[in-house]
Amino acid sequence: MSSWVYVGFFLVVGLIVPIGAIVASWLLGPKKPNPIKQSTYECGMETVGDSWVQFKAQYYIFALVFLIFDVETVFLFPWAVKLGQLGMFAVIEGIIFILILIVGLVYTWRKGMLEWV
Amino acid sequence: MDFLKDPLKVAADWLLGILAGWGMPDLWAQVLIGFLGVFILISLLMVLDILLVWIERKVVSRFQSRIGPNRVGPFGLIQPFADIIKLLIKEDITPAGADRVVYNLAPILSMASVLILWAVMPLAPSILGVDLNVGVLYIIAAGAIGTLSIIMAGWSSNNKYSLIGAFREVAVMLSFEIPMLTVMLIPTIFAGSMGVAAITQAQDVWFFFIAPLAAVIFLIAAIAELGRAPFDMGEAESELVSGYNIEYSGMKFGMFYAGELLHAFTFGGFWAIMFFGGYRFFGLEQVSAFLAIAVIFFKALVGYWIIMWVRYTLLRIRIDHMLAFNWKFLTPVAFVLLMVTAFMNALLTDTLRIESGSVLYVAIMFLSNVLVAWISLETARAYSRRARERVEGPKIAEAGRS
Repeated sequence: MSSWVYVGFFLVVGLIVPIGAIVASWLLGPKKPNPIKQSTYECGMETVGDSWVQFKAQYYIFALVFLIFDVETVFLFPWAVKLGQLGMFAVIEGIIFILILIVGLVYTWRKGMLEWV
Repeated sequence: MDFLKDPLKVAADWLLGILAGWGMPDLWAQVLIGFLGVFILISLLMVLDILLVWIERKVVSRFQSRIGPNRVGPFGLIQPFADIIKLLIKEDITPAGADRVVYNLAPILSMASVLILWAVMPLAPSILGVDLNVGVLYIIAAGAIGTLSIIMAGWSSNNKYSLIGAFREVAVMLSFEIPMLTVMLIPTIFAGSMGVAAITQAQDVWFFFIAPLAAVIFLIAAIAELGRAPFDMGEAESELVSGYNIEYSGMKFGMFYAGELLHAFTFGGFWAIMFFGGYRFFGLEQVSAFLAIAVIFFKALVGYWIIMWVRYTLLRIRIDHMLAFNWKFLTPVAFVLLMVTAFMNALLTDTLRIESGSVLYVAIMFLSNVLVAWISLETARAYSRRARERVEGPKIAEAGRS
């Protein structure tokens, strides 16, 4: 059987075990809902304002920068695997690739996209 | 003798014989045995998880100069069982207005993402869940499901602090995946393969000695990935009162908590595999598979100890400092390290024809790592000194420097 079938087994059993634990808790625990218990927790006070607060745009910027470098690293994986057999020329090529992307990182840094505020 | 070396194959063949004797078709028998093996491994992991709760509580108490649980059993060993029972019989309160499906799915995915990581953890030369040829990439991908579960938990809880905690936590986790991925490329270069078995087999000299800075960067990035202090934006006990798991009670919280501890232990294991030789210990693993399991368990425990040590020693870092640390220090250093390692590796093995694994190779690679670390720390120090001078004025900074 292909090796990925075992990953499927792991996924199935890995999902069943926590589901089983939570179902066991649901079966064993008392069920007495009342509005006070189910109200949203805000350090003992009444909640003020909407729960779904405005999404800070800076998170989106960080996700974008993450995406760029994530894709770069995924491209680097086949390069790393075959590096032993490819010699110095491939190393220089890879270094040029990484340098181009580091220039991108420096660009985002200087543009102020990596600041939190 | 055969059983000691390869217990899983012996047991699987025996079961296969029994099932074939009962007339089960071969494919079904193999599927059943596969499921059984996975189920046994995951059950053992849950028992290990309970033991880890005990270890965590005892260690944190010793770091804080107190004794920790010692009432419930000898040395408090029954304490985590008592905790599990308590969590099981607690009422499952779902907050009003919560997004039900996502709310229930989040703890399940959080635990599942940790359990499926054990598919690529080599426990012995012959015991490996699946020898995927993309093992290292699989680790990252499976870890990403855990990141997803945090944002699901935060979003569905109908609680603004939960949401903020989840946003911050996921921002930190995403950011620190970049240096982690980059540094994971370094054992890949040395081993010539992404598969974890190949990486373990290639470590005649532990990769820690060839690339110590890579091991350190991996540890830092892994601690951030785990969402543990000093990077625990998601929990931030004193800031956000439990962050993304505010609204979870009972076993759902238990899944998050136990999942986090098991995740820490798993990453201790991966740190051991990638940089400390995995189950290898001067040929001990050839004697018996059980010894190999003991070796990797011990190494993972040492890694877990270091992760706990860092947690209970350092203060939580502010979110903008965390992200600045990652994007402005750790990522450039990781990329520079990758370039230097690839270049030095090719220089030494290709051009200068130094045998990889010889003392000269190890010494030169070690020194190049130390050089990269020293240069990056000096650069950081000079940068921060300039920033401090801008703020305080050159005279005061001069007095501080002397």
